[in-house]
Amino acid sequence: MTATLTRPALPTALVEGLDDPVTEGEVKAKELVIVAESGDLERTWATTILASTAAAGEMKVSIFFTFWGLFALVRPEVRITGTNWMQKMLAMMNRPGIDHAKLSKLNFVGMGPWMMKKLAKQYGVAEPRELLEMAQALGVRLIPCQMSMDMMGITPDQLIDGVEPAVGAAAAIELMTNADASLFI
Amino acid sequence: MTVTTAVAKTVDARGLSCPLPIVKTALAMRELASGDLVEVLATDPGSTKDFAAWSKTTGHTLVESSVDGKVFRYLLRKK
Repeated sequence: MTATLTRPALPTALVEGLDDPVTEGEVKAKELVIVAESGDLERTWATTILASTAAAGEMKVSIFFTFWGLFALVRPEVRITGTNWMQKMLAMMNRPGIDHAKLSKLNFVGMGPWMMKKLAKQYGVAEPRELLEMAQALGVRLIPCQMSMDMMGITPDQLIDGVEPAVGAAAAIELMTNADASLFI
Repeated sequence: MTVTTAVAKTVDARGLSCPLPIVKTALAMRELASGDLVEVLATDPGSTKDFAAWSKTTGHTLVESSVDGKVFRYLLRKK
């Protein structure tokens, strides 16, 4: 006996993934969503370690970059972002770019991060930038928050290559609702 | 069917810390065909459990796991 199943109408974003070829008996890839809100070095490190490891484990990974987290996506050569003086001041006091992240504690005008990176090198730990590049190579989606882009005056051309178009909070919530695990870092 | 016993690629992760041995192996796997063998050399003591777990989650077979002095060697077959 054959039974015909009708697929219920789903929102477009959900339907997109349904046509992915899934072989018989194969389990659907697990999904991880990380909301990268902090621009602190140690948190950026945690985000990039978890994202690259999950992607290595064949999970579908998306990172939503918002507030200070967004600065990690700014191209290294971009020194100042923003169009008005307040946005520029913010970028001056807190230089964008993943290589310029500061520690939330023991920063000591850059002495803390310098020592931390020196130790990382000594112990064979990859820096956040390298981990982010590997994560990208493993298919991790990097999604900037539109509101943060607008508020901080950051334009798409100031972001590193491979970043997806910016989305809003509702799109981020939808991603999290459909994911098997979501983290706010 | 013939099963390959020749190593198609070696990932030298000696001196590298978590999660690099796994991440580099995953990157190497992408360039290989199903059934290919990958050899991983690592010095991270946590890698033994990591590779056992990773092989379970990804389905790539952990053919061999050994240690020679301070160097761990893993042999994985791509699924």
